[in-house]
Amino acid sequence: MLKLESVSKRFGRTDAVIDLTLELERGEFLTLLGPSGCGKTTTLRMIAGFEAPTAGRLLLDGRDITAVPPQRRGFGMVFQHYALFPHLDVFENVAFGLRARGVPKAEIPARVERALELVDLGGYGKRKVQELSGGQQQRVALARALAPEPPLILLDEPLSNLDAALRERTRSELRALLKRLGITAVFVTHDQEEAFALSDRIALMESGRLQQVGSPEALYHVPANPFVASFLGRANFLPARVEAVNGDGALCRVAGGGAVWSARLAQGAGRAPGEPVRLMVRPESLVLVRLEGGADGSSDATRSDGGSAGGAGTGVEVALASAGVGGAHAGALEGTVLDRRFAGAVTYYRIQAAGVELMAAGQAGDARPGDRVALRPRTGTVLHAFRESDAGADG
Amino acid sequence: MRGPMGEGGVGRPTAPDAAAPGMTERAGSLDGMTSPATAGATTANAAARSGSRRWSFRFRRPSGSVLLGMAVTLLLLWLVLYPNLFVLADSLRLDGRFTLANYVRFLRSSAELRALWSSLWISAGSVVLSALIGVPLAFLFSRYEFPGRRVLGALAGLPVLLPPLVGVIAFLFLYGESGFFTRGVQLLLGLDSPPWRLNGPGAILLVHAYTMYVYFYMFTSAGLARLDDTHAEAAAALGASRWTTLRRVTLPMLAPALGGASLLVFMTSMGSFSAPYIFGGGFRVLSTQIFASKLNNDLAMAAVETVILAASSIVFLIFLQRYEAGRAYTGTAKGLRANRGRVGAEPDEGGDVARGSAPGRWTARLVGLVAAAFVAFLLLPHATVLLVSFVPQGTWTIELLPPVYSLENYRTILSRPDRLVPIVNSLRMAAIATTANVILAFAAAYLMVRRPFPGRGLLGALVILPWALPGTVLAIALATTFSAHEPWTGRFVLVGTAAILPLAYFIRNIPLVTRAALTSFRQFDPALEEAAASLGASWTTTVRRVALPLVLPGLAAGALLAFVTALGEFVASILLYTHRTRPISIEILSQLRAFDFGAAAAYSVFLIVLMAIVFVIGFRAVGEEGMQ
Repeated sequence: MLKLESVSKRFGRTDAVIDLTLELERGEFLTLLGPSGCGKTTTLRMIAGFEAPTAGRLLLDGRDITAVPPQRRGFGMVFQHYALFPHLDVFENVAFGLRARGVPKAEIPARVERALELVDLGGYGKRKVQELSGGQQQRVALARALAPEPPLILLDEPLSNLDAALRERTRSELRALLKRLGITAVFVTHDQEEAFALSDRIALMESGRLQQVGSPEALYHVPANPFVASFLGRANFLPARVEAVNGDGALCRVAGGGAVWSARLAQGAGRAPGEPVRLMVRPESLVLVRLEGGADGSSDATRSDGGSAGGAGTGVEVALASAGVGGAHAGALEGTVLDRRFAGAVTYYRIQAAGVELMAAGQAGDARPGDRVALRPRTGTVLHAFRESDAGADG
Repeated sequence: MRGPMGEGGVGRPTAPDAAAPGMTERAGSLDGMTSPATAGATTANAAARSGSRRWSFRFRRPSGSVLLGMAVTLLLLWLVLYPNLFVLADSLRLDGRFTLANYVRFLRSSAELRALWSSLWISAGSVVLSALIGVPLAFLFSRYEFPGRRVLGALAGLPVLLPPLVGVIAFLFLYGESGFFTRGVQLLLGLDSPPWRLNGPGAILLVHAYTMYVYFYMFTSAGLARLDDTHAEAAAALGASRWTTLRRVTLPMLAPALGGASLLVFMTSMGSFSAPYIFGGGFRVLSTQIFASKLNNDLAMAAVETVILAASSIVFLIFLQRYEAGRAYTGTAKGLRANRGRVGAEPDEGGDVARGSAPGRWTARLVGLVAAAFVAFLLLPHATVLLVSFVPQGTWTIELLPPVYSLENYRTILSRPDRLVPIVNSLRMAAIATTANVILAFAAAYLMVRRPFPGRGLLGALVILPWALPGTVLAIALATTFSAHEPWTGRFVLVGTAAILPLAYFIRNIPLVTRAALTSFRQFDPALEEAAASLGASWTTTVRRVALPLVLPGLAAGALLAFVTALGEFVASILLYTHRTRPISIEILSQLRAFDFGAAAAYSVFLIVLMAIVFVIGFRAVGEEGMQ
């Protein structure tokens, strides 16, 4: 329904948004995600009409709305600090948009009450906004934006001022409500967990550029570049070289060892054998085995791993094949545990291996600092090979 | 009564603090408060803020705001800058040629140089004395709890309820050669002649310290109220002693407030006319020197003196703005109020850590007593004026206290039309001027805070410029400029008409009202206007239903202060009035000259009461709004 066409925004000499193209489906919940200063808020404000793009167009159902002022766009907006009118009570706050749009006087009370009921604040009309808790104010702001029944609602980090528990509950209520009403939503946040929980699709931005857009699962499991990989969840990057290529998959030899692991080749990654790549593996995808008695044990582990990889008809091949990756992980990477950090369900191990520091998720008793360990990818997980120079700046 | 003055005079944020959620961008709370000095600094802040990409919200009607901005700027160029340039031109002209001869004459005259030097050191002295009284007083009232603290604290702002001329007269009645206090001391000690004479620099400094410490008191109080206790607690936690905390944390954080107060006192002092005029005698300062030159019809010298007085004030203004811009602290958004040491009760922990243990019962009583004595001293002038106003003419000669009291003086004012005229004049002229101030302030503040337009910096400078222009300077400038009919050069004959005094009052109060409006505009989150726009409200609806209601309390406070200031205005009036348009202050002076002290005092009481009423009304209105 809404399309951003090569939209750019410059502030003086700063490029806030660069050549952004994005399309919203009707009824979808899209999150603009990224670190602060990535251009997500500017993008939202351009959609709202508070900022005019320096270049590009905004199309609403095919109609160019680039020059339409915010007053006439008819979008609802929920502000980060709610921006409730302090001199008006809850009723008048919610009625504001109805009055401004010329809704007949007689209809207003019923529509305000309906909007307040949507957010579970029925009967709160006479309250002053300052009397409300943060969560209630947030809901009044939502009701105010929803009252005129906008086709599109814009939410600028509306949950950032709530405490953690309330934020989590409000999050699910918000999604349920917007889905029930069938309203298209653009949500801005820097919190990936929030983005995962809310979104149909996430548009991840960095330095003014769109890095990747897709479902939360797609972004997590098939990141387009190292930035996406490391912004969403934890990621280890290993220096490696391509050994053999098979379609989108490749066998990559991790630097300084006998570990040859299978990975999906990301766009732009070198395809010729011997090309250097950065191999991405998430901590929870690594299996860690403590090596008994140092060097002797290492060969044990390698052997046993090699044995399992060599076994025919394992689930590994099936999983990799389904991901478009042929072959399997062979060999283990040896390293030294630097320290470990207990995190409840898992324990994180910081390991020096292949000339870099890695993070592996294991159990508390797996190893101790100073231990030699062998690492290999959990069976069934897909690794990603990125171009070596790829820092994630361009997607 | 401290409330409204705090709001208007000090520009204390009037938008409800309780509205915090929408207003975490509480910038300008401190710098707005330090007001005149920081007007430029805050302008810079605003520029920086609107330059920041997040909030640079432009309505889609640039042409409209540019036009309005140009109109307002042009109006101010014409009324504020142009007359002063005219005086500058006059000072550089001799026999129709441009020359520096007048300045050479100024620099060769020891009398002129002495007047300049006197102005400067009197002003510096006033700053020091006012600070010495006002700052400790503010600490006393905001950091200690003692019986009667609230009432006494409010009363400590009283000198502001005294128009400069009335204050001078009250001092005359009290500490003059035949004043109550002087006669009392004389009788007590059995002296043949009064123990002192109330004249010269000492008298001027006394009056200045009495009337101007209020700026320090209010600025410091507001600054302390805004200081987050956590800073002091953090310092204490880091091992700083109370003294270190005061020196390294509290005072630096108060610096903008103190700087603002210093500027205000210095400016006021440089431009002060009433005290030097009444008490100066042979001791001349620049402002009285200008008046003398004007009377002697030495207009070229008056122009030179005016330029020098204006220039030195402006230099000082710029200097202090630089200083403040460099160290503008904004209050933390938490809005924690200072805890006070409690009397006799358990000191709460915050107060304990920040200020050491609370005063004991006796210390508290002592502190209360000192405060009460001080306030009694502050109230004496008001009481004196009130007392004298009940004394019929010719009934009081050598007695310590007047023997006869009646309402005669009030009856005369109300029954004789010629006696009532000044009051009607003042009310009308102040009302006209204030209305114009409100309209201009709203437009200017809106443009400066919300609508970046080219020339905004110029507008910002123009709205604070009158701060640096003493009343005498302004009066000379207006008298020079608006004494000829040359429409094509923007000159009209306004001197001698009913328009000139309201115009003068209007110009003098531009900074005051505009600052109040600016502070209010900065108080509320720009997101509120964006919210209105996103809800479909047109520009006019947004202004009417969001901007105006939110700015109104602050603007009203500023307007009230401007109104009472205009009511008692004397300095510009004395150079511009005509008999028909004479305001209250001029009438007071002429009754004084006629030795009708009772009548002069009755007019003074009228002014004080009017001011008090306005403040109480203002406090109510603003207070209730503030409650929301």
